[in-house]
This record gives sequence, C-alpha cells and structure tokens, in this order.
Amino acid sequence: MTDVETVEHDVLIIGAGGAGLRAAIEASGAGVSVGLVCKSLLGKAHTVMAEGGMAAAMANVDERDSWRTHFADTMRGGYYLNNWRMAQIHAQQAPDRVRELEAWGAVFDRTPAGKINQRNFGGHAHPRLAHVGDRTGLEMIRTLQDHGIHQGIDVHMECTVTRLLKDGERVAGAFGYSRELGKFMVFKAKAVVMATGGIGRAYKVTSNSWEYTGDGQTLAYDAGAELIDMEFVQFHPTGMVWPPSVRGILVTEGVRGEGGILKNSHGDRFMFRDIPDNYKSSTADTPEEGWRYVTKTDIDARRPPELLTRDHVARCIRREVREGRGSPHGGAFLDIAWIKEKIPNAEEHIKKKLPSMYHQFKELAGIDITKEPMEVGPTTHYVMGGIRVDGETQMTAVPGLYAAGECAAGLHGANRLGGNSLSDLIVFGKLAGEHAAAFAKQRATVSVSEAEVKQAQSDALSPLDSSRATLVGGAYQVQYELQELMQDKVGIVRTEAEMLEAIDAIELLKEKAQSVSAPGNRQYNPGWHTALDLKNLLTVSEAVARSAVRRRESRGAHTRDDFPEKDDNYSAFNFIVRKGPDGEMQVTQEPIPEMPSELRQIIEDHK
Amino acid sequence: MTTVNFKIWRGDKTAGDFQDYQTQVTEGMVVLDAVHQIQSESANDLACRWNCKAGKCGSCSAEVNGMPRLMCMTRLNDMDLSKSITIEPMRAFPPIKDLVTDVSHNYRAKKKIKPFKPRKPDNADGSWNMQQQDVERVQEFRKCIECYLCQDVCHVLRDHHKHDEFIGPRFFVYVAALEMHPLDETDRLPELKETQGIGYCNITKCCTKVCPEHITITDNAIIPLKERVADEFYDPVKKVIRRLFGLAKPNHKS
Repeated sequence: MTDVETVEHDVLIIGAGGAGLRAAIEASGAGVSVGLVCKSLLGKAHTVMAEGGMAAAMANVDERDSWRTHFADTMRGGYYLNNWRMAQIHAQQAPDRVRELEAWGAVFDRTPAGKINQRNFGGHAHPRLAHVGDRTGLEMIRTLQDHGIHQGIDVHMECTVTRLLKDGERVAGAFGYSRELGKFMVFKAKAVVMATGGIGRAYKVTSNSWEYTGDGQTLAYDAGAELIDMEFVQFHPTGMVWPPSVRGILVTEGVRGEGGILKNSHGDRFMFRDIPDNYKSSTADTPEEGWRYVTKTDIDARRPPELLTRDHVARCIRREVREGRGSPHGGAFLDIAWIKEKIPNAEEHIKKKLPSMYHQFKELAGIDITKEPMEVGPTTHYVMGGIRVDGETQMTAVPGLYAAGECAAGLHGANRLGGNSLSDLIVFGKLAGEHAAAFAKQRATVSVSEAEVKQAQSDALSPLDSSRATLVGGAYQVQYELQELMQDKVGIVRTEAEMLEAIDAIELLKEKAQSVSAPGNRQYNPGWHTALDLKNLLTVSEAVARSAVRRRESRGAHTRDDFPEKDDNYSAFNFIVRKGPDGEMQVTQEPIPEMPSELRQIIEDHK
Repeated sequence: MTTVNFKIWRGDKTAGDFQDYQTQVTEGMVVLDAVHQIQSESANDLACRWNCKAGKCGSCSAEVNGMPRLMCMTRLNDMDLSKSITIEPMRAFPPIKDLVTDVSHNYRAKKKIKPFKPRKPDNADGSWNMQQQDVERVQEFRKCIECYLCQDVCHVLRDHHKHDEFIGPRFFVYVAALEMHPLDETDRLPELKETQGIGYCNITKCCTKVCPEHITITDNAIIPLKERVADEFYDPVKKVIRRLFGLAKPNHKS
C-alpha cells in the first residue's frame, strides 16, 4: 500500500462536534488510545452554531421540573415514536453532563441565586435550557475542545473519511484522506464511533454548513448498519429569508423564548389561531398570559403559542405565506422589539440576551432587531432519523461500530424539541465513548484487507480522472440539482407522486455523480471533495424519500398533503432502512418495543 | 446585478499570484458568496475554509482589500464595486493553498497554556455558585470564535515572526479568561512573562480593531494581564519582602 499512511488507535472517533469530542474524552479517560477525525479544523464543527441552549432538568429556575417531566416532554414532542429508553437516559443524565461542562470551564449565564440559568423553549414545560446568551454551542464546543486537548487524544484535522473498513463482521477502522496534501490515510481501530452530524446540505434552504452531507449515515449504511426514522427531517420555523444570500441561516428559538412573537402581514398574531389538541391545556389563552409565562412572573401561566413545537410553528408560517399573508420576501414577521412596550431598557435587554442575533441581522440584513421585526421562514435544520443504535450502549448493528449525536437516531422520534440536541450530544457522546472503549479493551486487534484499501483508494481517485466526461459545473451542479429536487419534492409538505418522482430523479443523479470529473490535483481541492460528498448526499436523500413514501400519514416533521391526518396505525412503527444483498435500498416497518409500565405512567401523569 | 472583478490570490507555499475572476453580484451578497460562486462557475478547485456562514465559527478569515475580515460577514454592497476586490489569505501564517493557511501555530500555542482547574464545588451536586456580574468579564472573552484575525494583524507575529516566543492576542484573551474565571485556581503568570511573550505587546490595539466579536482585547485582557505580571515580578516592595522573609513566590490567586 504505497502512498497511504496507516495509523492505529483502539478507538477511532469520526466527527469532532459535541458528540465526537465528548466520546473522545470519555474513551481516553477509560485508558484506551483514541484518534479523533475532524472534517474541518478542531472547534469549527456544526455544534458551534447551536444557539439557544441545552435542555437538562436541573430545576434551577422552576423547582417543579424533574427528569420525568423532561422525559414526558421529549416523548410528546416526538409523537411517541422515540426510543423510550434513550429518552429516559437522556432526561436522567443530562443534568450531570451539564454540570460536568461547568467543571471543565464552561461559563453559563446565572440565576439571581448564582446557579446555572435556564430559559424557556418550545415544547418544554419548564424553563430548562442552560445557556450562554445565544451562543451556547460555541461555549459547549470550546469547553470540550479546551478540556479534550489535554487528554492525550490524537486529533486528525481536515480529514475526510470515505469508507469504513471491516474485518469479517466487525468494524476495523476507516479509510480517508487528509486535505492539506490530499494524502490517503488508513485508520485501524478496534472500535469506531460515528459522530458526523446531519444531512442538511441535501436541501436548498438550510441552516447547515457544507460539512452536513450525511457522511456518517452513509458510511454506516454501507458497512451494514441500519438507518431509522429517516422520513423525519426538521424544518426549523425561523431561518432568515432575506437577502437571498443568507436565506436559511438560523434565527434562534431563543428569540421566542425571550418573548418574540410571530405576526403575518395583517399584523395578526396568527399562532393563536391554531393550537393542536394535545397542547391546548398547556398553551396560553391570551397574549398577556403568554407574556407572564415568558417573564416567569406567574408560575401558573402557560406558554405562548410561539413556543409550540417546531414542526407545528413551521407549518403555520408556511400556511400564512401560501394564503397570501406572508412578509414581503415570503416569510413571517418575528418581532422582539415589541417588548419595549413591556419593559424598560428593552434595547439593552435584547442585546444582552440575543447578542449574536442582533449582530447577525445588523451585519447581514441591515435590520436592527431592537427596533424592527425580522423576516423569517422555515429552513432545513436537523434530521431526527439516522443510524439505529442500541439505546444503552449506542452500538449499531455492526459489532464495534457506535454512533452518537445527530447522525444517530432514536431520542427525538418524529420531531426534536429545541435544546434536546446539545444535551443529546453530551449524554450519548459520553455513553458511546464509554462503550466503545470497553469493547476495544475486550477485543483482539483487527486486520485491514489490502484489497479493500485499494478499492477505497481507486473510488476516491475516480473524480480526478481527467478522461471522464466533463459536466458543466461538475460536482457543484449535481449538488444544486439534488438540493432543488429535495426542497421541491421531499420538503416540508410531501405527496406520494412527487416523492416517487424524486426517487427516479435521484437514480439519474447517481449516474451523473458517477461521471463527474473534478479539475485540479489532490491538494486541498474543494471540487474533488464535493464530488466525493455526492454519494453520501444521494444515499441519505434516497433514504429520506423512500421512508417518507412509506409513512402514509402526517406526524411530527413529516407532513403529507395526501394523508394530512395522523393515523394511529402508524404510531407503533418505525421505518428501517438497510442495504440489500444486491446493493439496493430496502425499507421495512418494525414495531416499537413495548414501553415499561412505569414510563407509560409518567407519560399519563404529564398529559 | 453587476459584474464585479475579483482578484483572488492563488498558489501554495512555493509560489502564488493574484488571478482575475468575474462574477455577478446581487443584493445582500457577502464576499464568501462571491468566492463560492466563482468556485462553482470557473474555479472548482479554489481552496477556502468556511463552515457556518454566519460569523459564528471563525473559519473564513482572509484579507479583503487588504483588511483582515471574515468573508461571510463582509457585505459587498458596502464596498466600491467599480474597482476590483482583492481577496488574499491571512499573511501572518504560512500559505497552504489559495485562501487556506497553516494555522497550526494557534493549536500549539493553546496546548502550552495550563488548563482550567476549578476550586472544590460549593454544593453537594458538584455545582458552584457564581453571580452573573462576576462572570460577565470572562463571558466577553469566551465570545472568541478563534478566527485568528487578531493574530493575523499583530505585528509581533505578522512582521517579526515571533511565533515561537509569543502566543499572540487570541491566547492572551484565552489566558485572561482562565485567570479571571471565578473558579480557577491555577497561576499562569510566570509563563506569561517567560515563554508566552506578553512583554512584546506594545498596545497598538490593532487586534481590538479587527475583532469581529468586538472583544476589547487590549483594554480588558492584555493590559490587566500585563499589570498582573508587573505586580508579581517587578514590584520593588514585594521584592524586598520576599527577600527578607525568604517566602516562596506568592500565588496571586491566594
């Protein structure tokens, strides 16, 4: 194997956001050697963009909160398709994981009593999100990074994995390339943790960065792991809509948590008009009650309808736009400036609580959010589905292969609550690291097949083959076509006919992707990289479309125009995606395991 | 919509030069949009770093018309588009390719700084009590997105290449965040003086000027650290007391 550098670790972590870093810290602490592969530079992963906070029932602000309420909120938000064991573990362990961040140097906003402050967020019954202004993700990743660099972890920055390697049934490591020189790398490892994040770049309007191309989902799927719940893609209700170049950039739910309201072009606060039955008893009747909730001045006040779950708010905004009551650029108005009617120093308060939103609108849209409303609309934000894992160990169907964070699935069911993602990263990142380390300790060394590495190498090199037909625009063009397709046909509202069209079109794009050529050489070549990403994007897009066709109902983030109602027949199933013996994608329906009676009781008690 | 000429530095560590690219500029576009457009239209292999495109990750640092900027937060309609826009990599770091530079110095510098070490927890659940006003200064420093524009513009690094003796403004901010953290118990002043080169900074405030997060690097981080170093090592009264009583060097945090 010439031209390939081989490194060996007990545990290899792929992805260096919150989940990957937390897994690396845990595995390293267990005494095994750890390699951490980052697609970008260390500390730049997508976690850095998370804004609102991390959900943990610490009860610092409202002492009525408990893991049980957090569990019930998560299950209700996920329309009960969640892996209940994961929802339980998450709710129980999140408070310790947050406190651990403080012990590693994180500096959260404080309550008057000096504890970690917690804010309101959609779908959470009590103020539950530990936060630092609206830059909580930065605080999390920097804390984990600055702690992690002293734990003896080998970090491989700007390195992209293109294939998982196997030794029989077991995972044996990964093949990839280091961008700086375009050098190929073989990582031998007894256990591998996928922590690669999401798939948002499959859509045109997205809050996700270039890295979010479904790498982990595809690598694991190709290696024999299963994907679950892929039909559930979260469209965050509030992305920027204007100017065009910033369309999709996230506007934190924290704006609504701090009292921001949604209005249509008639000035009507439309969220009050449509409140789902299962949230009626916990939603405010009047704007005044909503304000008392937001300001925590009345513990019996119920949340304003702007803080309903993300799927619902996104659909309501879409409806306003389609029925001709949208903002000038096809969104709704999100107004935080109005709180000046209610509190003195509103301007200062907004800048203090939402500094990066203030900055973002000022710099990118020329809007002062302390004076004028923002224009917002839905943007692809998160994938609830992903790699199927065991709820307790985070191991996939492939022995030695683990997954955590956004690329894994189960915790969020049909719709994720805001704030449950950051806590997901640290709770399940830790568990994945712990179990991967234990697995590696118990197992003999692996061997990597030279033939497999050769194949991986020639696959990776194929886009650089200059004899290939040069497509106009190359890999970028194929990516744009896919993004348009997914946005139009497998987007916020879906129909069977359109999704079947999309599946056919994906087949054609696969052929195109096979023949794109990337000009230039192997050194730091984004065109080549884009060509390599296409396979992953196409695989996850197909998985989303095929799963979405099968779910003939509307539930959570999955909305069907042809089946607009929730159908109880589907409430007991998840859809699982596997690679068939001939390489074809198979989707099967599998029953959700029965919930233990004590958890069922918790849900009943919180209805 | 206007067609604008961009002069983009293309090359690697051996050589490079500016090349001209034309692309259409539409309302609200930022420099990074133009780079992406050029990348997909006419230079597929043009190397640049980026992630969030919202000023939160600090990846797309470059020099735009000679000024250190985040490309994602630099709006084109604030610039004179009748003239060419130049885009070049940060000059304080060795080039890798095109707009991508070798910023590994920053990762090495950070690793040399003693990590956070908190005092014993205040409460049984392992938590601490801190007032908001006591954490506010540290929170300002922790806004840093590690774009390294402050490093790029600092003459000690850029012109005098003291990368081995001087950690640079970013890491003075980092040390300040640790030193002023209400829970931290470690003393970092000896290294700050001996190996991290705080004495090289002559307070020209260039770093503060370019910080996209508006951290008051010089006034709030560097000057207080310089004062602490001076207090610790150059206070004549303390020196006499230390000599008379043969005391070990006192910890300023105790």
